[in-house]
Amino acid sequence: MELKLRGVTKRFGSLVANDHIDLDVAAGEIHALLGENGAGKTTLMNVLYGLTQPDEGEIEVDGRRVRFRSPKDAIDAGIGMVHQHFMLVPVFTVAENVVLGREPTKPFGLLDRRRARGEVQDLSNRYGLSIDPDAYVEHLPVGVQQRVEIVKALIRQANVLILDEPTAVLTPNETQELFRIMRELKASGRSILFISHKLKEVQAVADTVTVLRRGRVVGSPPPSATDAELATLMVGRDVELRVHKEPAEPGDVVLVVDGLVVRDETGRIAVDGVSLEVRAGEILGVAGVQGNGQTELCKALMGLLPVDRGMVAVGGRDLTRASTRAVLGAGVSYIPEDRQEDGLVESFSVAENLVLDVYDRRPFSSGISLRPDRVRDAARTSMAEFDIRAGSIEVPAKTLSGGNQQKLIVARELSRETRVLLANQPTRGLDVGSIEFVHRRIVANRDAGSAVVIVSSELDEIYALSDRIAVMYEGKIVGVVPPTTPATELGLLMAGATSTRGEEGLPGEEGLPGEEVSEVQPA
Amino acid sequence: MTVASASVVAARRTITVERRVVIGGLLVVLGLLDALVFGYLSPPGHAVFSFTLTGAAVSVPNLSVTPRPVCVALGALSCVIGAGYVGFRLSRIARRVAAGVCVAALAVAFLCWADAGRIPLPFTSLLSTTVDSAIPLMLGALSGCLCERSGVINVAIEGQLLTGAFGAAVVASAFGSIWLGLLAGPLCGVLIAALLGLFALRYRVDQIVLGIVLDLFASGITAYLYDAALVPFANRLNSPATFGAYKIPLLGDIPIVGPVLFDSTIFLYITYVAIFAVQVGLFSTRWGLRVRSVGEHPTAADTVGINVNATRWRNVLLGGAVAGIGGAYLTIGSVGAFGKTMSSGLGFIALAAMIFGRWTPLGGVAAALLFGFMTALSGVLGTINSPIPSDVLLMFPYVATIVAVAGLVGRGRPPKADGQPYIKT
Repeated sequence: MELKLRGVTKRFGSLVANDHIDLDVAAGEIHALLGENGAGKTTLMNVLYGLTQPDEGEIEVDGRRVRFRSPKDAIDAGIGMVHQHFMLVPVFTVAENVVLGREPTKPFGLLDRRRARGEVQDLSNRYGLSIDPDAYVEHLPVGVQQRVEIVKALIRQANVLILDEPTAVLTPNETQELFRIMRELKASGRSILFISHKLKEVQAVADTVTVLRRGRVVGSPPPSATDAELATLMVGRDVELRVHKEPAEPGDVVLVVDGLVVRDETGRIAVDGVSLEVRAGEILGVAGVQGNGQTELCKALMGLLPVDRGMVAVGGRDLTRASTRAVLGAGVSYIPEDRQEDGLVESFSVAENLVLDVYDRRPFSSGISLRPDRVRDAARTSMAEFDIRAGSIEVPAKTLSGGNQQKLIVARELSRETRVLLANQPTRGLDVGSIEFVHRRIVANRDAGSAVVIVSSELDEIYALSDRIAVMYEGKIVGVVPPTTPATELGLLMAGATSTRGEEGLPGEEGLPGEEVSEVQPA
Repeated sequence: MTVASASVVAARRTITVERRVVIGGLLVVLGLLDALVFGYLSPPGHAVFSFTLTGAAVSVPNLSVTPRPVCVALGALSCVIGAGYVGFRLSRIARRVAAGVCVAALAVAFLCWADAGRIPLPFTSLLSTTVDSAIPLMLGALSGCLCERSGVINVAIEGQLLTGAFGAAVVASAFGSIWLGLLAGPLCGVLIAALLGLFALRYRVDQIVLGIVLDLFASGITAYLYDAALVPFANRLNSPATFGAYKIPLLGDIPIVGPVLFDSTIFLYITYVAIFAVQVGLFSTRWGLRVRSVGEHPTAADTVGINVNATRWRNVLLGGAVAGIGGAYLTIGSVGAFGKTMSSGLGFIALAAMIFGRWTPLGGVAAALLFGFMTALSGVLGTINSPIPSDVLLMFPYVATIVAVAGLVGRGRPPKADGQPYIKT
């Protein structure tokens, strides 16, 4: 099936999210759509999937003009989508999820579960997806859930499959597995529209590339283009893909974590005996696939989750069961994973958000009264220093873009004196420019003598920042390795397999993100 | 992948191990309660159970027991079951049966203790009253299931019962036809449900507050109409006939069970049909799969072409109709004339039953029967001059629900999107 977009334009108020976009997807090709967050990729896909209607332009399928008023129209035209956030009902089985909306039935509207199961099994076998139709989705790892989404599209006869940032939640090995499936689908004549901002993945799997920037198509480089060429096209200027950083000069041990055991909200053991030491002036990167206890580890360190067993100390002071306020008081700065939920009070102004941790101290308050003038002065200084772009210091934090929200949090956390900086996914969802900025700030903080812990599921980020890398899997630290460790090895550690699944996990000839590491050696 | 899924399975196993111990332990505690409290504290004298209802075709002789050994035996049984619960990995059905047997043992031990040395306790009549008082609760709980499985919280069951009772009484009385009354009850329930749908789905009002407001509205408007019309024209508008009992041939003649389950008004038989329809409908049909997907993950449902709000509307109205039938039972199925605020909190108990039953039709019905038993028991204890104040028993549904909601007996899991309006992005 051939898909053509001609002059597709979508405006939101004064913002032009898609500006006369032309796109051709041929049958049997993997077409990568490369662009930063906010470049208009998601809007374009929503147009293509009938979730929003374009203001101008047209879509052609096999030379026929079509209009998609709802996802149903798009599905009927043979377009399938795997959303970034899976559209699966966790308490349903795989088969129930797959057939939902087009269920095979027996008389009286009774579900024909046997047929549903069979259909899923067939597709699973045909494309080597190894999915159990009777498993409950909530019990499946994300990689398998993603394959369920693919089956869901296939069973609806999708000829064009849209994959929206599909690798964000996968381990490197799962990513390779996904690429294998993508190639298999391509071989069966289907086209794949692969949305990504990861250069290495695009180079690895795409046949054609279209780069979007600020709502426009800015080029169609061959997939063989270099990182630098692709990045420059994507960002619109030369970018430093790797922050410049001097070798670390580690000092005394500042943060000590010993045998830490933490349960998550449901009572499951999420952190299972973690021990770490981090020295002043070094960055410890905690690598691992999301959901292996990193979030709980951070929350426990910050006093946001109770500690079951074990010990946490900063600068020799025991903070194991300290309140969050005491932890902050001990000089720990925290950049949380979810900036909207945990990092900001979204309805508060920029200025108020900047003093959330120190509003009750001089000079921002005296006695029981707040000093709004001092708060405003400090906010203006921070805004300039950290390049926070907002209408004014009085606008609510929720009106800021993700990058600027993150800069706000970084500004607040680094404006205090810090002995320890704890950052969980500090650049998730940010554009390359903001990532660069946040990374530089983190390195500067290290050089100022903080013990820094970066939790990230992005290997690129881990390699860019870390002086040492700890890999977390199922609540345990399964290894602490130097940043010269090849990505393949790290990937295996992240999958929890140290030796047994080696040959299967090795990446293909195209290589993985961050494979040719790193000029920086630990001192 | 296999490693990860294995660990998920392992994690779930640890959870079930803990739950097994907690619930098994609880059953043992119930057993000790049977044996030690009811057994050893039983006053001297026999406990006598009478099984024959007045006018019953088959007569069953009275059963006279000595409370202490019976209570100890029941307690021992519960302890053994509790130990088995902890020690073996029982299937789901076996777990339910085990818990049911222990609860029943507790009830019997309690009755032995309560009746020791007193006049005979009318056991069959106790069960029959249980079922009768559970009818509006069961229908209310089913109404709650229908709404909440689609993602709309229905706190307006109380109001639906009340308007259903009102409408059924007035229409049956005015037209002189109980069948028209039986039709009017659900229609009035649908009216309240339509308001719930309008404000919850169209205007996205907080559904809990909205439900309570609708209850107050229903109680206010029926009270007003009662004073303004039903009192002055009581003969025309508020003296409906009532449905008589219809005995199902053969089944109705089974001793004890027959008179309780198969010799009742049409309302009980409607309830049977409703239980079956909702249970099978929700869990074995295309309709049910779609309803549950809308209640769990509306965006996912939307992207496969299921109309989220239309589905919710249908279920809310259907739920209103079911609760309305329960309301009609209160007047034309039982006492006849409508009285102010005659639902008296039954809608809230029904809601509690649905939660206690973990948002499942059968669970809700079981809880409704348990709560109905408490109501019936409080009446029976009065007739045998037991010193236990009946209000204590009537508190039970609420205490049980708090325990259930707090997760002490295994946390029930409401539909994920319950109470959240769906906004299309």
